[in-house]
Amino acid sequence: MRNHNGADGDTEHTMGKDTRQDKDTRQTVASSTSTSTGTRTQGATDGPQRLMAEGLTLAYDRRTVAENLSVTIPDHSFTVIVGPNACGKSTLLRALSRMLKPAAGSVLLDGAAIGSLPAKKVARTLGLLPQSSIAPDGITVADLVARGRYPHQGLLRQWSETDERIVQESMDATGVGELGDRYVDELSGGQRQRVWIAMAIAQQTPLLLLDEPTTYLDIQHQIDVLDLCAQLHEEQGRTLVAVLHDLNHAARYATHLIAMRDGVVVAEGAPGEVVTAELVERVFGLRCQVIDDPESGTPLVIPAARRARTSAASAPSDAAGSPGRAEDRPRALSTATAVSAAGPDRAAPPRA
Amino acid sequence: MNASKRLTPRTRGVTLRTRGFSMRLDLRGAVVGLLLIAVSLVMSVVLIGTGDFPIAPADVIRTLTGHGTAAQDFIINELRMPRVLVGLLVGGALGLSGALFQSISRNPLGSPDVIGFGQGSAAGALAVIVLFQGSPGAVAAGAVIGGLVTGAGVYALSWRRGVHGYRLVLVGIGASSMLSAVNGYLLTKADLPDATRAVVWLTGSLNGRDWEQVWPLAVVCAVLLPVVLGHARDLRMLEMGDDSAYALGVRVERTRLVLMLAAIVLTSSATAAAGPVAFVALTAPQLARRLTRSSGPNLLPSAWMGAGLLITADWSAQRLFGADQLPVGVLTGMLGGGYLVWLLVTERKAGRI
Repeated sequence: MRNHNGADGDTEHTMGKDTRQDKDTRQTVASSTSTSTGTRTQGATDGPQRLMAEGLTLAYDRRTVAENLSVTIPDHSFTVIVGPNACGKSTLLRALSRMLKPAAGSVLLDGAAIGSLPAKKVARTLGLLPQSSIAPDGITVADLVARGRYPHQGLLRQWSETDERIVQESMDATGVGELGDRYVDELSGGQRQRVWIAMAIAQQTPLLLLDEPTTYLDIQHQIDVLDLCAQLHEEQGRTLVAVLHDLNHAARYATHLIAMRDGVVVAEGAPGEVVTAELVERVFGLRCQVIDDPESGTPLVIPAARRARTSAASAPSDAAGSPGRAEDRPRALSTATAVSAAGPDRAAPPRA
Repeated sequence: MNASKRLTPRTRGVTLRTRGFSMRLDLRGAVVGLLLIAVSLVMSVVLIGTGDFPIAPADVIRTLTGHGTAAQDFIINELRMPRVLVGLLVGGALGLSGALFQSISRNPLGSPDVIGFGQGSAAGALAVIVLFQGSPGAVAAGAVIGGLVTGAGVYALSWRRGVHGYRLVLVGIGASSMLSAVNGYLLTKADLPDATRAVVWLTGSLNGRDWEQVWPLAVVCAVLLPVVLGHARDLRMLEMGDDSAYALGVRVERTRLVLMLAAIVLTSSATAAAGPVAFVALTAPQLARRLTRSSGPNLLPSAWMGAGLLITADWSAQRLFGADQLPVGVLTGMLGGGYLVWLLVTERKAGRI
């Protein structure tokens, strides 16, 4: 990841005026979106929710990713966690899904420490779509989706009628109902991701965690997958928690947004309230404008033009205007490195 | 959701259901399994009838059911039967442990004979032969201990927030070459009679096996088979990666530890009984998978494939080169080595190594 902290510090000066200008945009966005979905949970939630993390310290070996991190996932929300690479968002998701044992603190599922609950019982409540999974050689779509029923099965009850029905329903819901006999290796990337989502749906958990479900997909399939998630959230009332890279997708689909940087939750709440130019700059170190998405009315992040960003970095005292105006003013060419939004530059293998 | 369109997803196999019980039976897998059992049994009868004193298959069956002549009874039940049983058990144990290891490491190269457990057992047995001139029983115990120590070492060295396939294979190959150096050292240190005995043991042979080798191995298999089959469904989930398995509620590390331990004990017990018979553990699961065409570890078909392979190899070794001339390990080594080369070439083409 690229983390130009020096540049962050330089652009810090310009923020005072940016925020004021954005305030009215923000309010219109908030009012237009809060009416669109009834299930929206505003801001931090009151009272215990089904999935909460309290005072987590997350570390891999000796590298500490986050300290004293507390997060509450509002019930029935579509929560999206955003932040630059290596901010700890995937790590948080791993902790929430009990795959990473926190060094301190605890993740509570229905009020009980998740690590103390029987593994299969957790798997009936909380599902996870990991970033990379391996499709076994020569497995068919229906067989793979059927594996999602594992936590509901036992030695005697291995393939009940309910299992069969739910597997077919899950495949139909994700649009792979006709592909049951096909081998997973033969499918396109988008189809394959739908199959994995079908497997997660077949697990029938009220809570579903998705780790970057749109990575490695083209734009059409990204929207496809997000639509599917929104549908699961709205029609089946499931609580979804996703890590997404694309801020605009996050703003459009999330009902609750958690923005992280360096292992700290910088802001959380409805995207209309949270996504502001100030926040994007604070979290991603990117100068931008936030406007209304003409399609959905949700916040839309427009990164400032390269020249505006580079000139701001080289001459911070002059860049007092809004980024929009700074962009119009031609400036002397500067070779300072622009701070770019963190892209998906990790080297993880694509879902096979 | 338009579930009414087709209520039955076409998963592989037939569904068996009564009240409170339901399972899917992979029909092709079951048929392949039964065929492999049939082949193993037929080859066993043929093998029992083979030797300096040939016995017709019909007479073999008559004797086995207790209606043979006294001479046939002695030859079959005292001399040849133990050899065949050791062959079946060793082949089955190696096939099963190969399937377990390949599934756990998600790599066909992750077989006990490639990742050093055979060498470890050999080192244990050689140490007993060369350093202590031990009895056959002590040699077998040495082989088991050598295999277990190697297994524990490889597991510990490749453990870093969980055991991962490639690390296991690479650490295992390293351990394997170190152990073969140890074995070479032990051989050069040995007196000539010890060295001869050691080399014969090292080739892997069913010659002169009697009931003493059958019982311990039979007990190990009888205890471990239910344990392994009880974890088979967890193992299937593990194939999709640790994260997916966790998400589905599999206790990943525990399952892996139990199954690896079982596989190590199976390998070292088999090695203790027959010496390091090369490449059965590598080839049997792969051949079984090609026949069943089923994803998943194919545990039982692999075990029966291993048994059938070893018995057939032993019969070929006797028929082609005269009774007791060629240890079965030589034949499996030649065939398995060729297979390994083929596997490496195809894996390379597929871009997996």
